[in-house]
Amino acid sequence: MTDFLSQLDPVSLLSITLITATPLVLAAMGGMMCERSGVVNIALEGIMLTGAFIGYGVAFFTHSVWIGLAAAIVSGMLIATLHAVLSISFLVDQIVSGMVINILAVGITGVFYRTYLESATTVGPGTFPHWDVPVLSAIPVIGPIFFQNQFVTYAMLILIFVVHFILFRTVWGLRTRACGEHPRAAETAGINVYFVRYVNVIASGALAGLGGAYFSLQQIGNFLPNMTGGRGYIALAAMIFGKWTPLGAFAASLLFSGSDQVGSRLQSVFHVPIPLQFLGMIPYVLTIIVVAGAMGRAVAPAAVGIPYKKG
Amino acid sequence: MDLDVSWRQVHALLGENGAGKSTLMNVVYGLLRPDAGEISFDGQRVEIRSPLDAIRLGIGMVHQHFMLIPPLTVAENIVLGHEIANRGVIDLAGASSRVHELSQRFGLDVNPRERIADLSVGTQQRVEILKALYRGARLLILDEPTAVLTPQEIDGLFAIVRALVAEGNAVIFITHKLAEVAQIADVITVMRRGQVVATTTPKESSSADLARMMVGRPVLLRVEKKPAEPGARSLAVEDLVVLDDRRHVAVDKVNLEVRAGEIVGIAGVEGNGQNELVEAIMGLRPMKGGRVLLEGHEIGRATTRSRLHRGLGLIPPDRHRMGVVLELSVADNLVLDDYDRPPFARWLVRQFSAIREYAERLIKTFDIRVQNPEQPVSSLSGGNQQKLVVARQLGTLPKVLIASQPTRGVDVGSIEFIHRQIVSERDRGLAVLLVSSELDEVLSLADRVAVIYRGHIVAVIDAKDADRERVGLLMAGAA
Repeated sequence: MTDFLSQLDPVSLLSITLITATPLVLAAMGGMMCERSGVVNIALEGIMLTGAFIGYGVAFFTHSVWIGLAAAIVSGMLIATLHAVLSISFLVDQIVSGMVINILAVGITGVFYRTYLESATTVGPGTFPHWDVPVLSAIPVIGPIFFQNQFVTYAMLILIFVVHFILFRTVWGLRTRACGEHPRAAETAGINVYFVRYVNVIASGALAGLGGAYFSLQQIGNFLPNMTGGRGYIALAAMIFGKWTPLGAFAASLLFSGSDQVGSRLQSVFHVPIPLQFLGMIPYVLTIIVVAGAMGRAVAPAAVGIPYKKG
Repeated sequence: MDLDVSWRQVHALLGENGAGKSTLMNVVYGLLRPDAGEISFDGQRVEIRSPLDAIRLGIGMVHQHFMLIPPLTVAENIVLGHEIANRGVIDLAGASSRVHELSQRFGLDVNPRERIADLSVGTQQRVEILKALYRGARLLILDEPTAVLTPQEIDGLFAIVRALVAEGNAVIFITHKLAEVAQIADVITVMRRGQVVATTTPKESSSADLARMMVGRPVLLRVEKKPAEPGARSLAVEDLVVLDDRRHVAVDKVNLEVRAGEIVGIAGVEGNGQNELVEAIMGLRPMKGGRVLLEGHEIGRATTRSRLHRGLGLIPPDRHRMGVVLELSVADNLVLDDYDRPPFARWLVRQFSAIREYAERLIKTFDIRVQNPEQPVSSLSGGNQQKLVVARQLGTLPKVLIASQPTRGVDVGSIEFIHRQIVSERDRGLAVLLVSSELDEVLSLADRVAVIYRGHIVAVIDAKDADRERVGLLMAGAA
């Protein structure tokens, strides 16, 4: 039993689960801000990929991961603005607009990477430093899991509470939820539905851009084409499974990333004779099952996906 | 057009559907912009560009379709847009106590912490009124406020309206119901086709006068019909259980029968299972239990199509969603149930001359005002679209007609016509199940009245014993 436990190494398993859940949670909360205001954002995938690319590119040339981080967030906001203009002002179908952005992101980041960065021989920008929180990081179990991390993971943990507070305790959150449920009612209450939706969509871009920085500037210190690998879509599933709440999305993201880690550990440590490719499918299969099961019951904001037209 | 509203008065705006009442009030509330003309408030010329401007002036509006957000609480809904907040953080406790205070002052009896989704329609309306008062409304516009209320709830609303006016406020009361106008209004403005035809008072004008002004010609306020001569049992529903979209029981062990040659009216406040009942009878929604019998044969498992062909007809409650295909021609809409069967189709080939001939006959019989049968249904007025639906259903000579809200949103002329058609088909031996949220329609057409409350038929009464008071109490669940 002790042998099994030491092989499984639960603390490191939980720690890596939390770390790999980071971009899922951030993108899920981005999608949440967006959908709570009434706009579907499947562009999260493309926004994260762009954030990863721009973050890396800027860090590469400025030799600063922090400037890269800022660039990742700003690029996320810019792309989200495109989504907002298309879907809010021009009433383009929100799924179509999101899809366009995703396809565009894969193509453009791939081309620019091959043209400018792939053959670069200089040393890369590296990754965010590991920070141990004084005192807290020394606590057994909890310390290594929560308090010995890199920047994006800390930011994610803090943002869970920030987003929760904004959505459920502030004027802005109430107005956001009103716009997502019944925009016309919000309008008659004197709220500018377009403004609320724009700001939330752009905020979702900032969150997803930050999530993108995780891939290139926290995980490996490099950019690879299509390195987000569909995490933006899994984040949407986490948002739905978490019933459009930050804490729910956090739990759902841990479930998805945890299943991924358990799968790879089954292979590498316990040598379960299942090909790695099949174990790698676990989070995606789980996503399908969870979303299919949760879809009927989880209640989405009533007006999500419907462009709002005045009058 | 011109309209003058004074303080301390209830000003009724009376007119048919489509007369322009709601459009006018949406302009006053800043939801629509006027093309010409001006608005003055408190003697000052004002420009109202958005609801925010209206709210600032002290104009509040209770819309016909409530502007409430179901998953939020009463307090959240009321303060929305005018939140009590400390640096962006909402003070919900403060909001609740403010709402409670206002609710006490006008006798509105609303709990600020409840969710809108859990409230009755009457309570939701009080929340809407509170919402306007919270924003400092001195002029309150009520758009068709009684459409969804029981008679007792209407009395409660009138008491609130009187209390508001007594405090020095003004109320504009939009309605198409004559009886209410006489009861509540101090001044009446009658509108027809976007114009003011008269400004009067209940003392000066009788209901018949008002009806004539509203429609532009004398109107029969009552439906004329002979006593029913019921024959054999045509439609029977036994122990029917149906679930709604949220999988809650919407129709609970309902038993009902309709005989040939009689009209059974279902009275009830909207949302008490009427739609689910109708959909289950038509096969548009699965039944959870029970049986549906058409002339003694079980049809509970038959497809909607085969039910139609066996003699069931439906006038659906929402003609745009279920009644007509707006883009298709009048003729195509008239054969929508039979387009693929002789004589309208032979060997997969449509027979246009037969379709046209049939369409022209129905257009004439049912007085559908069209230039030609090939014009799209979208170009017809609401009343003519509804007459088309009625024509299609009665044109196939069904044995049973389910008429759900058969006159919703249509003009008085069309209402009279549709009522006459239903009664004359009844006399021919048609069994009619009438579902309507307009209690007056049920009481004037039905031979027997079944009252539905929360999915139960709580009573079936002979029309001659069914008075408004008694049916109203039953509709509110006071068995």
